[in-house]
Amino acid sequence: MTTETLVPFDEALTRYDPVMGLEIHIELNTATKMFCGCPTEFGAEPNTQVCPVCLALPGALPVVNAKAVESAIRMGLALNCEIAEWCRFARKNYFYPDMPKNFQTSQYDEPIAFDGWVDVEVDGETFRIEIERAHMEDDTGKALHVGGSTGRIHGADFSLVDYNRAGIPLIEIVTRTIEVPPEKAPAVARAYVSYVRDLIGGLGVSDVRMDQGSLRADVNLSLKPKGSTVLGTRSETKNVNSFRSVERAVRFEISRHAGILDAGGKVVQETRHFQEDTGTTLPGREKSDADDYRYFPEPDLAPVSPSREWVEELRATLPEPPAVRRARLQADWGFSDLDMRDTIGAGALDLIVATVEAGTTPQAAKKWWLGEMARRANESGHDIDALGITPEQVAEIQGLIDAGRINDKLARSVFDGVIAGEGTAEEVVVARKLEVVSDDGALGAAVDRAIEGDPDAAQKIRGGNLGVAGALIGAVMKEMRGQADAGRVRELILEKLS
Amino acid sequence: MTDLTRKTADELARSLASKEVSSVEVTQALVDRIGAVDGQIHAFLHVDAEGALATAADVDARRANGEQLSYLAGVPIAVKDVLATKGLPTTCGSKMLDGWIPPYDATVTAKIKAAGLPILGKTNMDEFAMGSSTEHSAYGPTHNPWDTTRIPGGSGGGSAAAVAAFEAPLAIGTDTGGSIRQPGALTGTVGVKPTYGGVSRYGLVAMASSLDQAGPVTRTVLDAALLHELIAGHDPMDSTSIPDAVPAVVAAARRADVKGLRIGIVKELGGEGFQPGVEARFNEAVELLTSAGAEVVEVSIPSLKYALGAYYLVMPSEASSNLAKFDAMRYGVRVPPAGVDDPSAEQVMASSRDAGFGDEVKRRIILGTYALSSGYYDAYYGSAQKVRTVLSRDFTAAFAGVDLLVSPTSPTTAYPLGDKLDDPLAMYLGDVATIPANLIGIPGLSLPVGLADEDDLPVGLQFLAPQKADDRLYNAAAALERLLEDKWGGTLLSRAPELEVAR
Amino acid sequence: MSEPVTGISRDDVVHLAGLARIDLSDAELDHLATELPAILEHVASVQEAAGDDVPAMSHPVPVDNVFREDVVRPSLAPEDALAAAPASDQQRFLVPKILGES
Ligand SMILES: [Mg+2]
Ligand SMILES: [Zn+2]
Repeated sequence: MTTETLVPFDEALTRYDPVMGLEIHIELNTATKMFCGCPTEFGAEPNTQVCPVCLALPGALPVVNAKAVESAIRMGLALNCEIAEWCRFARKNYFYPDMPKNFQTSQYDEPIAFDGWVDVEVDGETFRIEIERAHMEDDTGKALHVGGSTGRIHGADFSLVDYNRAGIPLIEIVTRTIEVPPEKAPAVARAYVSYVRDLIGGLGVSDVRMDQGSLRADVNLSLKPKGSTVLGTRSETKNVNSFRSVERAVRFEISRHAGILDAGGKVVQETRHFQEDTGTTLPGREKSDADDYRYFPEPDLAPVSPSREWVEELRATLPEPPAVRRARLQADWGFSDLDMRDTIGAGALDLIVATVEAGTTPQAAKKWWLGEMARRANESGHDIDALGITPEQVAEIQGLIDAGRINDKLARSVFDGVIAGEGTAEEVVVARKLEVVSDDGALGAAVDRAIEGDPDAAQKIRGGNLGVAGALIGAVMKEMRGQADAGRVRELILEKLS
Repeated sequence: MTDLTRKTADELARSLASKEVSSVEVTQALVDRIGAVDGQIHAFLHVDAEGALATAADVDARRANGEQLSYLAGVPIAVKDVLATKGLPTTCGSKMLDGWIPPYDATVTAKIKAAGLPILGKTNMDEFAMGSSTEHSAYGPTHNPWDTTRIPGGSGGGSAAAVAAFEAPLAIGTDTGGSIRQPGALTGTVGVKPTYGGVSRYGLVAMASSLDQAGPVTRTVLDAALLHELIAGHDPMDSTSIPDAVPAVVAAARRADVKGLRIGIVKELGGEGFQPGVEARFNEAVELLTSAGAEVVEVSIPSLKYALGAYYLVMPSEASSNLAKFDAMRYGVRVPPAGVDDPSAEQVMASSRDAGFGDEVKRRIILGTYALSSGYYDAYYGSAQKVRTVLSRDFTAAFAGVDLLVSPTSPTTAYPLGDKLDDPLAMYLGDVATIPANLIGIPGLSLPVGLADEDDLPVGLQFLAPQKADDRLYNAAAALERLLEDKWGGTLLSRAPELEVAR
Repeated sequence: MSEPVTGISRDDVVHLAGLARIDLSDAELDHLATELPAILEHVASVQEAAGDDVPAMSHPVPVDNVFREDVVRPSLAPEDALAAAPASDQQRFLVPKILGES
């Protein structure tokens, strides 16, 4: 592999326009698989959730899971798609050891949902993403690559395959080319994936966990020289496991493609894998004419023709559309437009909803999620919902502040402890001895020492200049290592110097 | 004592019900017969004497206890090796599945077991049911009991020969392009392909999903109806299974009355390519039907000329995909490539598929891969699927004027083993009369109607009916069977040469 | 593979064998390269049978909307699932190293 020259993002955009499309695979949370009655529980012992159908034993036949079709239709409706009056499954034929039938049961030219759109917001601007289609298919098994030095597929001696995941229902959502100002492409891609996560999560049809693979995004990207109408060769980046990575993958691929094209090279049509640690992509399988999938209608499955009545019934079950919901929440919470934009941008809307539901004021919830948690997410490179702290835990900590047992500053230490798995907020406070001191005896002694140590300030306060009280409070807080009830300290100082 | 192996399933069922004989006696007689003649016939790939006798003993005990049993309980049966049988080898006549023992039962197998029919064993077949002569079995050919130097037809030659050689009164066959009916014709037995979706395909190892259908292989029309009724019916495990009630086939077989029926002779299924002796017996049979009160007319179905082409595109296309699962990863023989150090999964798949599949299977997979590949799909697979629509419309039009259609089942009688082994096209041509029913999902039945003058070998007549009107086949065939047996003074099979009995 | 109908070369057969994952011998490739064109010539007449207005038939007996309820059924015992595996380890199917990703 030759070393690639990367062209800085901004520079690349002076010469090229990105052509971008996104594919999102969503694993449904049905009780059983797409075509058989095996359970879908995550993390079960290997090959305990398999049967003749999902192992593709000779003679076995598939039967469609009604709930999966229902979920697909609800997803299609939420994505503002048309729902097919009649559609079929199709076989996508290719060989791969983790795919028992050696074809994927998918949909080809007759998807269940098509021609939809969603509006996503970036920096207060709204962008319309057109959805080409959303179709049903089944997932593959999982291979564990053994031997070699890396533990990765390359260099492995052999692989061990677990087919528990084989046959879990997937919905694949495919966008049309996303037409946005080139410099916005990475942020729009991220916002779109985040939006779809919220939208589908709201339907309750999937866990939509990027970190667990129940939501998987692929970035298809090519560049065309400015002013040209000729499309470039595209790469397909997989293994993008967070919203932040979506944005980084788009940026990186733009830089990489530009480097190749600047050098007069040709972009290879291939699958690439995003590398979380370096923010780069590495080549995977090269696409060639061997990828002739020989699609044809699945003869073993009956066509699906959802009645219009059924579709309307399902439409009635959809939750409030996101834009309406956001307007309602903004009004309820009294957030400014800017607050709301930051909330959406940080992917914190549902987290704040849940925190408020757990008893915190909207302002306090916003303070933690957009301040402390956004900072932590940014530093660690995790998505904000993958920090290891739940809205309920945030609410519990705020509750301790409201009760005067800790203050905002001590709360940060409580967050550290909770995230580190040291127990509940209460337990962390006790174990780390974080509770503020409001006992007058201990505080009084500290206040006396502070007054002794700064007679000037004491004299000014006695003279009615309360503005300098802060200096004495600071001294007390310092002595108490922050664990003093600042309000009570102030009261004691004023009492003693009046 | 009468020879139990010669009795029909219906006779055995009655004798068992009246406790004249026990199932163990019947089963033992058949096991002995298999031991005595199967060396010459090779109808069976696997005989399960122990399992069959155990089932027989169980049924006898339950009958003695006064339990209410299925009509065919205790009547032994042979099952084509393409149906999954839990605990019994299922090879599909292929080296690929040598030694495979399914952990589950096909729905047909489950119904047979639930009804208490002892399963004698698994019958020989062309590999993955691909062939019309049973010479394409990886385990050697089956021989025709009428002349052991000849083919028994295929792919279900094993089931047909087992029944014809009195090794079993009943057998299950499967029919993708004629694999029940054509062997029936060539061995002088009765074979029925039910309406597509009439019998569950769950556990039937697929060749072509939209064409495959399991059905009865027997010596009489009534036996076929009894078995049909047993194995048919809606199965929630097969999405293409018909949810309707099973047609009243047994009642139809007992009715056996063609008076007033309108029967159409398919003009295109005769003449050139059809052996004179076949046409002669066919025409005589039609005359008998006329004499019994049927009104016989000639019907033309012009699109039939495209049927063979459509079949030999649709079938390999679906087969190429259905057989992709045989990749030596989860089951089946794994044969690493010779001379390759540390081969990859891809290489092991390719070498195993090369070693595990026979020539005819590879030929069809390659042909189907081509017909589905980008750039050729519309011209081949797509066009072939349109032929099915045209053909279906033409048959619907024909059935508007007649109740049933008839033709010879096969253009020829059984040919010598090896004759068409290197000429696949010649072999394919033998399916011309049977494949239309598979392409459009209608039921078909083959009935023996005599021996061809030129070779003294059996000739079959095929009845075709509209979808879900399987009962019409049984009514007409039972009537014709009676007329013929009256004329012959016995069954056709009673005229088959005696097989040499091994001791 | 851009030859017109029934033009199928030995190279095409090599390509098809790759798609179908069958390691055909030279003799088999030679044989199929002569046999397939003959078969295709025989079946090519399907192209003239129907016009664009005729729908393709994928299912001979029309049945729509065949679904099962989302209710768990027993899976196989893992030892039964693995019983026929050419090789297995740690309750998983052992397969040779997988290429396709590099
Ligand atoms: Mg997909
Ligand atoms: Zn399963």
